[in-house]
Amino acid sequence: MNKSKPKPLTRTKSRRQNHFRPQLPKSPTGIQGLDEITGGGLPKARPTLVCGGAGCGKTLLAMEFLVRGATQFHEPGVFMAFEETAKDLTQNVASLGFDLNDLIARKRILLDFVYVERSDIEATGEYDLEGLFIRLGQAIDSIGAKRVVLDTIESLFGGLPDPLILRAELRRLFRWLKDKGVTAIITAERGDGILTRQGLEEYVSDCVIVLDHRVNDQTSSRRLRVVKYRGSTHGTNEYPFLIDEDGISVLPVTSLALQHIVSSKRVSTGIARLDAMLGGKGYYRGSSVLISGTAGTGKSSFAAHFSDAACRRGERVLYFSFEESPSQIMRNMRSIGIHLQPWVNKGLLQFHAQRPSFAGLEAHLVMKHKLINAFKPQAVILDPLNSFIVGDNEIAVQSMLMRLLHFLKAKQITGFFTSLISSSRTLEESESSISSLIDTWLLLRAVDSGGERNRGLAVLKSRGMAHSNQIREFLLTDHGVELRDVYVGASGVLTGSARLTQEAQDQAVQMLQKQEIERRQIELKRTHQALEAHIAALRAEFEVKKTESLRITGQEQAQGAQLAQGRLEMGVSREEDVTAKNPMRRSK
Amino acid sequence: MKAKRARPVQPKVTRTRRKAASSLYILKLYVAGQSPKSVNAIANMKKLCEANLQGRYVLDVIDLYQQPQLAQGEQIIAVPTLIRKLPSPLRRIIGDMSNTERVLVGLDIRSEA
Repeated sequence: MNKSKPKPLTRTKSRRQNHFRPQLPKSPTGIQGLDEITGGGLPKARPTLVCGGAGCGKTLLAMEFLVRGATQFHEPGVFMAFEETAKDLTQNVASLGFDLNDLIARKRILLDFVYVERSDIEATGEYDLEGLFIRLGQAIDSIGAKRVVLDTIESLFGGLPDPLILRAELRRLFRWLKDKGVTAIITAERGDGILTRQGLEEYVSDCVIVLDHRVNDQTSSRRLRVVKYRGSTHGTNEYPFLIDEDGISVLPVTSLALQHIVSSKRVSTGIARLDAMLGGKGYYRGSSVLISGTAGTGKSSFAAHFSDAACRRGERVLYFSFEESPSQIMRNMRSIGIHLQPWVNKGLLQFHAQRPSFAGLEAHLVMKHKLINAFKPQAVILDPLNSFIVGDNEIAVQSMLMRLLHFLKAKQITGFFTSLISSSRTLEESESSISSLIDTWLLLRAVDSGGERNRGLAVLKSRGMAHSNQIREFLLTDHGVELRDVYVGASGVLTGSARLTQEAQDQAVQMLQKQEIERRQIELKRTHQALEAHIAALRAEFEVKKTESLRITGQEQAQGAQLAQGRLEMGVSREEDVTAKNPMRRSK
Repeated sequence: MKAKRARPVQPKVTRTRRKAASSLYILKLYVAGQSPKSVNAIANMKKLCEANLQGRYVLDVIDLYQQPQLAQGEQIIAVPTLIRKLPSPLRRIIGDMSNTERVLVGLDIRSEA
């Protein structure tokens, strides 16, 4: 006890020290997502190397770093361009909504184009890059810059002779930038097998970010990875990023902590009997619902029911369709009695129909983010999820969906997804990727029996609520989805005409039974009647006999009386005084 | 662009060259303070000009530490840089001018042969 006591003490002490240890000062980039990955931004007052192949967005990342710094963090910046002229740059980034001219006029940003042309430079001995230093120093001092971008300094190697001198000078430059206390981004072209063509990563080693632009199955995706970040933890994954009209957005959603608040409110599924199956109330608000089923089992119909119900409650629904156009969906749903057009007209329902191949996965994700942020729906429908899977990009799709689900959950939006299962694969296989993220999972399947296909519905899982374990048959009627009674026969659940046959058979059996009972009752009655008659007959006979016996008794009595009378008369006639002897004689 | 212009004006070039031999040279030498390279470059240039362009040259030595704003305007990166303003076209020579032969060729004072 005594020995072990000091140990925890020292531990807490060291932990406390860790806790109070100052974090590496960071310079926020203001780029959506990048600050999350890097834990606050790029290392302050240190150079950061951004490398990548042609057209992967190095210049843009650097430019956004400067513009955001100037507009959001009050840190003016110097952009030293070695490849593009100031005019070209201004025009190029104007398409992303950055007004460089204005920032330059307000002295928030300084653009300097360094023109290096090998052909009109003659080398006549040793030189150094002091001119560049002076120029950069002058630029930094003139606007009080805190941020510097050198884009792409490697082009000096093409313009100036003697790489050895250049290397030494660049090393000196990076050190000088550090001394200056500016946060710098140095961009470099990706080399063959190494990060940069000239091995700049040897000199700029505080933070290295690699950008990548690759094409998989005809769709391109951009990725960003923090290769190294001295003195700080950072996300190490490859994060997809996008360049759109608002600049760069990196999507590090996988790094989000699982801390979303959940609602215990319930929302109707739009189908009363399905609500009943889910503990009588329907889905949880903000949960994710997956309906999977083979082709033609009615997944979209359930989605339509749900959107209809949500709109009835006055909620907004965003419907992403990846295979059908809005008018097609609405026409099809009209056929089962669900009218979505009024909700669209009211502005409660918004359709977004796009082919999955329209853009890369990340572009889709960001588009969804944006639409969701703009429309602020209470429910989002994705129909169907798995149309994104083309070839072997499943892992990418998984991560995309995962991030989307997290995003929806964090926003308390009920997500409703449909997923087509190919019949050749088992359910667990096809949905294993996202099943863990799904709260309520309904399975629709076609039941083949007796020469027909019928639709069955089962609740595969539903977190946090009591739910029915029954496989239910449902019909798509002209007033929507209709769940039938559970009909369990000798060989499992009966569906379709088998169910009808069974029902008919049962009815017949019931009728027979009823008839039998009636027959028995009649028979009983008849027996009863017969018995009654018999009893009556016997009684009548009895009556007859009784009458007879009475008559005989009467006769006998009369005879007896006659005799007594006779005797009496005889006694009288014989003048006998023994009346008392009479009964005795009679009884004898 | 340059090549295109050079072709038709070829005879002219020879003329300017002939003229150049007698025309005025305006040279600007950009240096950075008193660094060894700068000092060497100034000394080398002065010697070279005296030897080859006596009486028809103007050599301006500009210290970028004193006038840093000139670095951007003149597109100076490397130091020392010598710019031949006249006769045109503009020529740019970097280094400490220790290789006299190359400087002379660069300034078109002597042909490369």
